Amino acid sequence: MIGFLIGAIRLGATFLLGSTGEIITQKSGNLNLGIPGVMCIGAAFGCFSESVYVTSLNGGEINPFLAVFIPIMCAFIASALAGLLFSFMTVTLRANQNVTGLALTTFGVGLTNYVISQVKSTSTFSVASKYFTTLIPFKYTENTQWLKLFLSYGPTVYLAIIIALVSAFLLKKTRIGLHLRSVGENPATADAMGINVTAYRYGATCIGCGIAGLGGLFFIMDSLYGYWEYAIEAMGWLAVALVIFAVWRPNVSIIGSFIFGALYIAPNHIKGVTFVQTGLLKMLPYVVTIVVLIITSIRNKKENYPPAGLGLNYYREER
Amino acid sequence: MDKKIALELKGITKVFGKITANNNVDLDVYKGEILALLGENGSGKTTLMNMISGIYYPDSGQIFVDGEEVIISSPKDSFKYKIGMIHQHFKLVDVFSAAENIILGINDGKKYSIAETNARVLEITERYGFNIDPKKKIYEMSVSEKQTVEIIKVLYRGADILILDEPTAVLTPQETEKLFAVLRRMRDDGKAIIIITHKMHEVLSLTDRVAVLRKGEHIATVNTKETTVSELTEMMVGKKISLNIERSEPKNSCDRLVVSNLNCVSHEGVKILDNVSFTARSGEILGIAGIAGSGQRELLEAIAGLQHIDSGKILYHNPKNDEVVDLRDKTPLQIRDLGVRLSFVPEDRLGMGLVGDMDITDNMMLRSYRKGHSIFLDRKAPKNLAQEIIKSLEIVTPGTSTPVRRLSGGNIQKVLVGREIAAAPSVLMAAYPVRGLDINSSYTIYNLLTAQKERGVAVIFVGEDLDVLIELCDRILVIGSGKVTGIVDGRNAVKEEIGVLMTKTTSIDEENGGVAI
Repeated sequence: MIGFLIGAIRLGATFLLGSTGEIITQKSGNLNLGIPGVMCIGAAFGCFSESVYVTSLNGGEINPFLAVFIPIMCAFIASALAGLLFSFMTVTLRANQNVTGLALTTFGVGLTNYVISQVKSTSTFSVASKYFTTLIPFKYTENTQWLKLFLSYGPTVYLAIIIALVSAFLLKKTRIGLHLRSVGENPATADAMGINVTAYRYGATCIGCGIAGLGGLFFIMDSLYGYWEYAIEAMGWLAVALVIFAVWRPNVSIIGSFIFGALYIAPNHIKGVTFVQTGLLKMLPYVVTIVVLIITSIRNKKENYPPAGLGLNYYREER
Repeated sequence: MDKKIALELKGITKVFGKITANNNVDLDVYKGEILALLGENGSGKTTLMNMISGIYYPDSGQIFVDGEEVIISSPKDSFKYKIGMIHQHFKLVDVFSAAENIILGINDGKKYSIAETNARVLEITERYGFNIDPKKKIYEMSVSEKQTVEIIKVLYRGADILILDEPTAVLTPQETEKLFAVLRRMRDDGKAIIIITHKMHEVLSLTDRVAVLRKGEHIATVNTKETTVSELTEMMVGKKISLNIERSEPKNSCDRLVVSNLNCVSHEGVKILDNVSFTARSGEILGIAGIAGSGQRELLEAIAGLQHIDSGKILYHNPKNDEVVDLRDKTPLQIRDLGVRLSFVPEDRLGMGLVGDMDITDNMMLRSYRKGHSIFLDRKAPKNLAQEIIKSLEIVTPGTSTPVRRLSGGNIQKVLVGREIAAAPSVLMAAYPVRGLDINSSYTIYNLLTAQKERGVAVIFVGEDLDVLIELCDRILVIGSGKVTGIVDGRNAVKEEIGVLMTKTTSIDEENGGVAI
């Protein structure tokens, strides 16, 4: 049972980063449906840089810090650039956000295929993966088995939770968060109060995409032990669903991500499920999201609504 | 006078395209006084105030704050000179608390703390006698509370000169009294306050001085104590201008639409129509005069079935079979089929009635597509109709397939009015049909309405220009704040009389109520 929960939390980190990034983006009023593509891009460029680093050593000793730091930086920067592209299209050129987002997903998946095809040896991923999965050395006794639930993760899970908590704090308790939320809720008001709507939308989208990109990288490096798999896009859609599940709150998203992780890996832990049943079980996260949507609509509390300006491009001249 | 001038305007001029919104306006306001800015619709009051608050930049003229010339080119500049404007449309974030809205955009380098803001807001509320909970969310607030938040927002930024654009338009009388008490306290605290209003009794009860604008020009500034309603009205509406609009005598006039005790409440809980009663007769043009937003739109929409009615009756006398039906029980579609036609021309013309990207033929079809019998559209009939309208109304267009938005304003309006007339209505309602049109196009529309009247149609005309109303209409219904404040005969109406009625907020006496002249 503990093994199942640990697996759920580990996979949850991917959803958590994806949804935290998307929450920050959506709080600025940008509906970025390109998140699945961005997570692919993050994974691809992170892994690519890792393979370049490992290959360049020519069999020399791998520095554990660099093996983790380089791919994280590359994944973040590449994904943030994808966010910059999205912001440029929607904020500056005022393109439709849904169309741009979906195009970004298609683009991200295609770019990922290309980048990975250029990697000479994907086995370098699994070589480097062990640095992502290094656990805290802790001697468990008979009585401290339950601590495994909290301690048996690589740095990625803790990083994801810290990012989510910091984001929640920033949004709720700081001036930057207040301004960001006002931009997403009512850009005309924010503009009238002297807040730079364009800067906030660009900033939130790029940082949000950067965080989401890390989710893609961690999925490969941590959950899959460096085994390349194209399932990242599906993770991305679940992350978008998780935003709604978490009613736009990164702290709620932490719990939500564990639930999503549990639902996602549940079929592997139940004996004797058929192929069709597995497919049905994998629908559960979406079903849960719909249930949450229905419940929040019935409760009719304005705080649980999406940001009022979500998906709408802002023109100052339009009154 | 030993008081100091807080703000002074000299020779302010602002031109929008061909229209001069403000022409050489001089204005001054002292510390510790309330100045009313009075004027009809389109007299340039809001434009003038927008130049002080940094939304527009004057084409020429000077602005002085505390005796020093300043340049105000953005709202930020106006904050800097301690000028705060409270707009009619609130700029607030719904899901934020009052305090969050108040500190939004302030970057004073101090630590961000909602608790501290709450305390400071309470300090301001106590000082001026507001009543508000800084933790309350905006969406839970009434209109007057939202307005209070806007005022505190301005005070929190340290404003010494406050401008309020029609602050009482959305308030109940009790809320208005509360607001006035607060404003008087601010005046006693040494603030300079400018209040834009149409309501004469508010001017008299609240202000120290009154500045009157007419057609963009500053007519005079007088001390409130030394003036009267009739003097102010005369300054506001000016002398009568003759327009020579043809007006025929009504023939075979009979009751067509009898509206009695109509009440409508907006979803903010404000009464928009208050016991409105009147009769529209066939072969007659009934004019509706009133300050913009007094309930004209809601009245027409109520008749057309587009506005929720709380109580009252709208009886329609069908000329075909002499039946009397209450339009309240009908859907908008049924009302239209009875021959009640609304040609509403809103500010942007294309907002209601026409689809800008579609051509004239398609816009004709918006009214007739239900008549088709097969699953395919019949485009022939509407195309013929379009050609007919283009010919008879002299619409300037390259053809029937030009998107409507490419036409000029006047031609768009002709398309709209033409389509409604083509359906041979028995009641034709036209709201601001000449707004933004040049003289010639306006006269075409007047003639169209007169022609409809001669055909025995009951025409309801909502207009802005009193001169036009007096010359075009047989009777003029005046509304003020959603109440019928008077019904006058167009043939011997006096402009000042209508002007006074427009600014009244009490309806005509019970015994006269609803009885047409």
